[in-house]
Amino acid sequence: MNTQYENYSAAAEVGAVRKRRSRLERIWIDLKKAPLSAWFGMIVVFAYMVVALFAPLIAPYGEAEVFPEANAAWSSQFIFGTDQIGRDMLSRLIYGARNTMGIALMTTLLSFLIGGSLGLIAAISRGWLDQLLSRSVDVLMAIPSLIFALMLLSIFGSTVTNLVIIIALLDSTRVFRLTRSVAVNVVVMDYVEAAKLRGEGLGWIMRKELLPNIMPPLVAEFGLRFSFVFLTIAALSFLGVGIQPPTADWGSMVRDNANLIQFAGIDFRIGLTPLLPAAAIALLTVAVNFVVDWFLHKTSGIRDEH
Amino acid sequence: MDADEMNNNQSGAAAGDVLLEMRDVHIEGFSDEQWHPIIKGVDITLKRGEIMGLIGESGAGKSTLGLAAMGFARPGCRITKGTIRFDNQELTELPKKNKRELWGTRIAYVAQSAAASFNPAHRLIDQTVEAANRSQIRPVAESRSDAIDLFKALQLPSPDTIGSRYPHQVSGGQLQRVMTAMAMSPRPDLIIFDEPTTALDVTTQVEVLASMRKIVEEFHTAAIYITHDLAVVAQMADFIKVLRYGDEVEEAPTRSMLSAPQQEYTKSLWSVRDFEKPEEQGDDVVLSLDGIDAAYGKTKVLHDINISLTRGKTVAVVGESGSGKSTAARVITGLLPPGKGQVVFNGEALPRELKGRSKEQLQRIQMIYQMADTAMNPRQTVGQIIGRPLDFYLGLTGAAQEKRVLELLKMIELDESFIDRLPSELSGGQKQRICIARALAAEPEIIICDEVTSALDQIVQEGILKLLLSLQKEFGISYLFITHDIATVKAISDEIVVMFQGKVVEQGLKSEILNPPYPEYTKLLLSSVPEMDPDWLTNLLSERA
Repeated sequence: MNTQYENYSAAAEVGAVRKRRSRLERIWIDLKKAPLSAWFGMIVVFAYMVVALFAPLIAPYGEAEVFPEANAAWSSQFIFGTDQIGRDMLSRLIYGARNTMGIALMTTLLSFLIGGSLGLIAAISRGWLDQLLSRSVDVLMAIPSLIFALMLLSIFGSTVTNLVIIIALLDSTRVFRLTRSVAVNVVVMDYVEAAKLRGEGLGWIMRKELLPNIMPPLVAEFGLRFSFVFLTIAALSFLGVGIQPPTADWGSMVRDNANLIQFAGIDFRIGLTPLLPAAAIALLTVAVNFVVDWFLHKTSGIRDEH
Repeated sequence: MDADEMNNNQSGAAAGDVLLEMRDVHIEGFSDEQWHPIIKGVDITLKRGEIMGLIGESGAGKSTLGLAAMGFARPGCRITKGTIRFDNQELTELPKKNKRELWGTRIAYVAQSAAASFNPAHRLIDQTVEAANRSQIRPVAESRSDAIDLFKALQLPSPDTIGSRYPHQVSGGQLQRVMTAMAMSPRPDLIIFDEPTTALDVTTQVEVLASMRKIVEEFHTAAIYITHDLAVVAQMADFIKVLRYGDEVEEAPTRSMLSAPQQEYTKSLWSVRDFEKPEEQGDDVVLSLDGIDAAYGKTKVLHDINISLTRGKTVAVVGESGSGKSTAARVITGLLPPGKGQVVFNGEALPRELKGRSKEQLQRIQMIYQMADTAMNPRQTVGQIIGRPLDFYLGLTGAAQEKRVLELLKMIELDESFIDRLPSELSGGQKQRICIARALAAEPEIIICDEVTSALDQIVQEGILKLLLSLQKEFGISYLFITHDIATVKAISDEIVVMFQGKVVEQGLKSEILNPPYPEYTKLLLSSVPEMDPDWLTNLLSERA
């Protein structure tokens, strides 16, 4: 200890030097500590993804293959029976994962692209541009989004493209709000000022200085938004303006088979048929929320008491 | 109200009794999947009415030890060994419920950042009396008038009404005193002050120190005073304990510690701020502010400022917070366009706004910030941080860039192993060195240093200042050095500018400014800098009275 000062060197100062770990090792450590609910969520999401990706391989019949017997009971040939025009329920459930999830994913990505970049621009530039964007978003948010979406879809027609663009636009308002509010906390940091003083352009500041530092809440929001978009699409399909037949989709499947529920007294399993796509929607939403909850807790920096 | 009367809840307890006894305390912290020792077997014995100073550099475990004196370990920390006896109760074995009864009422804690510790939604007086009311120390009706008495004792302005304000309506120094009143309100036996004046500037610090010392003496409260500033602890403490790497280096009564420190480490702490750069007068003016007025919205902050900086020299800008030092820097960098006047660089006027300036002009004026933590993107490695200006201004990429980064790292006395570290893996001093390297990478003519050493420990400060001086000698860079610390000014400057309320009080060579005759404000500023003399505060107060 006596010689410490004489040999003072900046390199020997004790920083919080950590053991270097590869990304994979860090992820594994986090996973080991994940609670049961998060594991459940991850397994379910993973299973859905496998089903969606390999739908043609898994499904016993084609997506729009019609069999003579409509509203067939559950049997070994049609595990969950057939729908009102004689298509295999199980196959349509499997293809539905692909369609509903794929469209929801695209919509969410688009809404993050729009809302995220506008939010970052608003946070960096402030002033009148920020006011203009924020107030326009306020106006959009003041209109109930489901009714607004219904209106727009009936004006422009319910194609998949329109569906994706309209829901993405309406949803991007919430992404904008979140991105802007987390980014304004980062914008005031000295390193952003240093980048401005260096003469860096808007694009660099957005991509390199802000985005990496606001990722965790955005990733969590992505999961949540995905759930909501998914529910919105299902709701719109249920109302008949979402994904159009013959494309398999869980929302419209609930609607089409809803009247089967009255036969539950005769054959209990037939009554269950319309509930299957509804359960698929519910399970995915719950699973995504479990994962998001865990992720938010992990990145919030709250330490568990040891 | 009489001090004895106010002190009645400790009736029967004579001064001189041992109040707090910590033996062989070990504390561990959890990080990176492992428990690491933070405190490695420290003993503390504190009698009633005594004040212990706890000093050491950051990371020495001072705050952890201070909290342990309350029987508390932060989340992620645990007390693994040792005994903590407070007034004959063993805190390590006491259930949490009983500890909660002690906390806030018999042991109080005054945190470093008062602004962060108050609830912004409640009035000051309600927060001041909360602990006393909760534990029913005295009738609720009396606690308000008692709080007002405390405000008076702490020399707060308009003590009768200040309590009805909200935290954001009073200044930092006042808030720190209200927090002391809050700690005092239940008349605790022990107060732990954790760097209570570190965030304040010198002129405010003197007032806060004086009122804290007065009230602690008046109520005969024992205290642990945690700080890294030796001169401050010399004013407050009866005895001092020096801590390093979680272990005790030395303990002695204040006077003997100051006059004859035993350990090498302690001596090095004491001698650290003796070096002083001989002043030199420059002739070649590289930057000047001519008649600058600047305002934030409608609030005018700078009034007709004239400052000039010569090539290869250092101008130190001193003044308390709010005097406009940092605003002047923002005008120079173009972040805040001046209302009137111009910034002249190398004989030509710089465009007022950042947008209007060329890359070349931006490159020549670089800036280093006070908080190195927030001045570096936490997601970029050291190599990326230093490499960016090389790429941006000089077009260096790939191997050439890496070679230059390594050269720069060598200049700031760090080795090549640092190149892929993240800022969170560096110590405070190392972070500030990386910021210096980043400024240096642009090959500037001027570096604006905004309080670059004030967040660092003294030994580290000295290292940084020496580095800056040697770089200046080598590359002929001019520094505009903004600080409120007079010792730093002595160490580094050639010329000094004294600022007060947005005006320049005087500018001149160091020897002219630091020697009499002084303008009145300069005198106040200079006399407020704590000295390593236990009687300094007492003498100063009697002088000013």
